[in-house]
Amino acid sequence: MKLIEALARSPWIWSFAGALLVLIATIAFTGGAGTGGIVTAALSLAIFSVVVGVGQMFVIALGPGNVDLSLPANIGLASAVAMKTMGDSDAMVAVGLAAALGSGLAVGVANYGLIRLLRIPPIIATLSSSFIILSIDISYGRGLQIKPPDGFANFTNIQLLGIPVLAIVVLLFTIVMGVVLHKVIYGRSVLAIGQNMRAAWLAGIRVERIRFYTYALCGALGGLDGALLAGYFRGASVDIGNEYLLTSIAVVVIGGTSVAGGKANVPGIWGASLFLVLLLTMLNTFGVSPGLRLVLTGLIIVAVITAAGGEKAAR
Amino acid sequence: MTAVAEVGQRGSSRQPQGITRLLRALLPALSLALVLIGIAWLNPRAISYFGFNLMLNLAIPIALATIAQMFVITINELDLSIGPFVGFVGCITATLLNDQPLVGAVVLVACIGAYAGLGALIHVRRLPSIVVTLGMSFVWQGLAILVLPKPGGKAPGWLLSFMGMQPALVPFPIVAAVVLALVVHFGLMRTSYGAVLRGAGGNAQAIGRAGWSILKIKMVMFGLAGLFGVLSGLALIGTTTSGDANIGNGYTLLSIAGVILGGGEFVGGRVSPVGAVLGALTLALAANSLLSFMHIPPDWQYAAYGLILIIVLAARTLISRREGRS
Repeated sequence: MKLIEALARSPWIWSFAGALLVLIATIAFTGGAGTGGIVTAALSLAIFSVVVGVGQMFVIALGPGNVDLSLPANIGLASAVAMKTMGDSDAMVAVGLAAALGSGLAVGVANYGLIRLLRIPPIIATLSSSFIILSIDISYGRGLQIKPPDGFANFTNIQLLGIPVLAIVVLLFTIVMGVVLHKVIYGRSVLAIGQNMRAAWLAGIRVERIRFYTYALCGALGGLDGALLAGYFRGASVDIGNEYLLTSIAVVVIGGTSVAGGKANVPGIWGASLFLVLLLTMLNTFGVSPGLRLVLTGLIIVAVITAAGGEKAAR
Repeated sequence: MTAVAEVGQRGSSRQPQGITRLLRALLPALSLALVLIGIAWLNPRAISYFGFNLMLNLAIPIALATIAQMFVITINELDLSIGPFVGFVGCITATLLNDQPLVGAVVLVACIGAYAGLGALIHVRRLPSIVVTLGMSFVWQGLAILVLPKPGGKAPGWLLSFMGMQPALVPFPIVAAVVLALVVHFGLMRTSYGAVLRGAGGNAQAIGRAGWSILKIKMVMFGLAGLFGVLSGLALIGTTTSGDANIGNGYTLLSIAGVILGGGEFVGGRVSPVGAVLGALTLALAANSLLSFMHIPPDWQYAAYGLILIIVLAARTLISRREGRS
């Protein structure tokens, strides 16, 4: 009983409950046919939201005003960088992944540089940099059909007993990030800064250094995500990351991380990512038109946030 | 929101004095002047009645969307759905408003109501406006696709003739920009309720204790954002003559950039309607006309937005440092 009580109080349980509910609704509609396929597809797609969601979570946990709006542009550029570096050769996969990671890292560092040097709110800094990244990407990847090498594309699609291998890798990664968030000095510093930046500073936390690491981390994860997306969807494109602006923020908030900062959790990102992907699957199986699907997705996100969100204590 | 080290500096920048204050206020106008000088230098013929008509015809919808965003930023919120909203209004304008004017008008008024309702929801449930408006951006985009699945439709005749007006001597976009800036400046900066509205961004608690309803203020500000969003959609369709579900998508980021460029602050209710209009004009001119006169490919249009923002913000930081010293 204690376990159930503890679960009910944990902020992330609701996202999993939502995901389960949506899955049950889908199965009820299809009569159970193809359930395994639905779950496999959901896992394959959810990991992309999970990877950027983790990055965005660390940023949002830093406190009000901290958010990375450059993720879509970052993902787009990194997808092109990765595919160009790999150049359709399986031998270059590792180099390509490293290049994507580097591209994302550079974006993160540039974001922090703008925040620090111009002393502007992160929203504006990441917005400005996203404009520039977008142009670089358009000019860099233009007119080229950039395809991933077969080996890499296949790797992003391998399954083990119906579970995508990539999902297992990402699961291990998120466990590590969960430990980093709650047990490592860096993670605890992020939460401390989110709760009260001045108090954290007075307590001797190197606030600016932690913020630097966080934006760099978020950028690097965006870059990695770009490479993985290009592999999974078999090609890089400028708008490959577009949906991850809303998704990265939504999974963090639906997953129970406080937008006011200082309170974060990793499991919720998985729950919320699965919820969003399954929601799309459900609307698709119901045969909803693209326009209506967008409307319903938007309304459900707003409804979920209205029900789950709402900071008790005004800041 | 900002680093600890800045707190001291912020405190002193509340009462900027003398020359630094003037510099700060002039920054938006200065940026616009620089862009205009660049255009005049590269292509003197552009500085003419018809040149301005051409260069600025898309600046009016951008300026209106920027003003809409400014109202939301005044109360420390952010509207990430204004672009798709403008697009949706555009689709309604090109279809319903043309075919059944009364129904179309009712839908547009309902849109403004929806915006006010959103303000209420965000306030009552203490929701992050970024997430709510991101969600709403899907809703508007979806509705736009439902109304107008393929680009098309037709702008109502009265709208076309209004946007196509050719007043004597001064080009219409400039007249419209001046009227817009003055009307909003008077309403928000010179009336007592305008001061209350801005006060809600500076210190909501104090305004609440003074007996004003914060809920009502949020609803008014979001409602005004909806109103100017609707005007932006109307102006856009009046210029482009037909609708497209994706037509407004770039406006979200442009409008935020315009407000900031115009001297607006993200928190504290410090905004400037005149600056916001100037900021929107600067962005519209720099990204379209100046770049093409410089023979820079349109790929770099977005980079130009980003660079202008960074340069102006850097200039502002330099001015603030001066402020801190003096």
